[in-house]
Amino acid sequence: MEAYLRPAVIGVMIFVVFNLLIVASAILVLAERKIMGFMQQRYGPYLVGPHGMLQPIADILKLVFKEELRPKGADKLLFTLAPILSIVTAFVAFATVPFGAETTFFGLLDEPIKLGIADINVGVLVIFAVTSMGVYGIVLAGWSSNSKYSLFGGLRASAQMISYELSYATALAAVLILPNVPSLSLRDVVDAQAGYFSGWLSVVPHWFVFLQPVGFIIYVIAGVAETNRAPFDFPEAEQELVAGYNTEYSSVRFALFPQAEYINMVTMSAVATDLYLGGWHGPFLPVEYGWIWFLVKVGIILFTYIWVRWTVPRYRYDQLMKFGWKWLFPAAVLNLIATAALVLYFNA
Amino acid sequence: MIPLSHYLILSATLFAIGGAGVFLRKNLITILLSVEIMLNAVNLTFVAFGRYAGNLDGQIITFFVMTVAAAEAAVGLALVIALFRHRESLNPDAFTSLKW
Amino acid sequence: MPETVVFYLFAGLAVGASALVIGQRNPMYSVLLLIASFGALSGLYVLLDAPFVAVAQIIIYAGAIMVLFLFVVMLLNAPKEDAAEWDRTHPLRVPGVARWGTLLAGLLIVQLAMALTAIRDLGAPVGSRTDALTVSSVSDLGRVLFTRHTFAFEATSILILVAMVGAVVLARRESEQ
Repeated sequence: MEAYLRPAVIGVMIFVVFNLLIVASAILVLAERKIMGFMQQRYGPYLVGPHGMLQPIADILKLVFKEELRPKGADKLLFTLAPILSIVTAFVAFATVPFGAETTFFGLLDEPIKLGIADINVGVLVIFAVTSMGVYGIVLAGWSSNSKYSLFGGLRASAQMISYELSYATALAAVLILPNVPSLSLRDVVDAQAGYFSGWLSVVPHWFVFLQPVGFIIYVIAGVAETNRAPFDFPEAEQELVAGYNTEYSSVRFALFPQAEYINMVTMSAVATDLYLGGWHGPFLPVEYGWIWFLVKVGIILFTYIWVRWTVPRYRYDQLMKFGWKWLFPAAVLNLIATAALVLYFNA
Repeated sequence: MIPLSHYLILSATLFAIGGAGVFLRKNLITILLSVEIMLNAVNLTFVAFGRYAGNLDGQIITFFVMTVAAAEAAVGLALVIALFRHRESLNPDAFTSLKW
Repeated sequence: MPETVVFYLFAGLAVGASALVIGQRNPMYSVLLLIASFGALSGLYVLLDAPFVAVAQIIIYAGAIMVLFLFVVMLLNAPKEDAAEWDRTHPLRVPGVARWGTLLAGLLIVQLAMALTAIRDLGAPVGSRTDALTVSSVSDLGRVLFTRHTFAFEATSILILVAMVGAVVLARRESEQ
């Protein structure tokens, strides 16, 4: 009995996380439209359900019942493979993110189980690797649609993603140099942020955002660009390229692309929380309930994503690339060098 | 556990497939892809021997092989682009102007 | 037991995908099949207790080099056939090439396998020589890389710089004079 309990609990955890991600993308669709509405001094979706809360269900039903189209010259295999690649990499990226401390579920299990689907000892690099595989979904979607707008959108989106991956990885590397981080596993990075600073700063928690403010800003900006969100969403902007790489898609294949984008947003927020904002450590709750703090922090970052989208204007594509290569990447490299120098100086 | 010979036979097979691709295909991009297959087979051999000998040297060499392969792929593809602009063809038999 | 299954799975995937790479007419499919082959190799590296090399394989090969190949294939709109227009046979089915080329490739495999396995004591399982080094951590790799192999590291970084500049210069359109 005991031998089957642990795999069963792991199975339940995987099931819950999988479904929560899908539900999260639906909630994000609704949240985006409501927040956009309130920022624009209107109500947003209001009719379906109380105050429009059931709007995502209506959206999903509409998309599922649409006709599945495929352009005549499109490559059959690649046209279907592209959204599958996008969504699979989005899910796999979240699988390496820990979201809670070890818990025994109130004594149900004998040994504590780590809250997180996989704990890989090079976890930070795996997230980076899987997000670089996410480029393929977009570029194949653009290519296989056999249409001008799709191709341009796909090429621009993938060039943008691989450019901002550099700043993303360099900001991430600067966190790993910090003194208490023993390995590349994300769980170790979070555990290094437990507790508070010593001395006269003892009300400030030992989160890495206070040690690396520039790195946090660089990471968030690169994360916004990686997920093709505004203000970096030129490749899929309606006014510019019809709809970019997903112009020719309809129904379920189309639905997978924004869903992959929202799940990528959730993953980026989760990784930012784990790396910079202390993960599941928080003031009042014991550490077994830390996942509540994790959800709160991820929610705050997601709100910031939506807030930024509907506040700032969009970057033009050449401004976007110029910013990524000429400003963000040198800033990330300087951040890395400064962090290394300071760590050496204070640990000498 | 898996004997070392299994890994070596696998990498020999991959190397031979890559070599066959370089010799038999008449498309510049496929030739470059076959060169990448050969480099990967060599990486596998290095890591297998490194694990067998119990030290990290195999993985260190792999690091350098990957870097050199990236540099070579970049320059090779730039050359392919430049050649395509001249001749509109990716067939290596089309570039015969240096033959006597 | 599960290790053997995983090994044969990944090995079969790697060999099958590589064989299909050289057999495909469409270069786009070749690139995608090679990405699958690299993924299988990455799994084999994890089996060999080299997690950093496995992840670096995905990041560098599957995530960067193959994206470069994909872009070039799309940019050049690479033609699907590489036989002459009047000749509709697949390039690997041309009689001389098919017979003798495959025979020579098979001979190469046999020769390499014989040479590599002629070393004595190779039947021992991988990793049985020592039990001190289990899964190598990235900090061990970094320590060795930056102390004993500093010169090679610096030389490689200059090599990448040269390759970057060279690729940009070579692929540039000639400016109108």
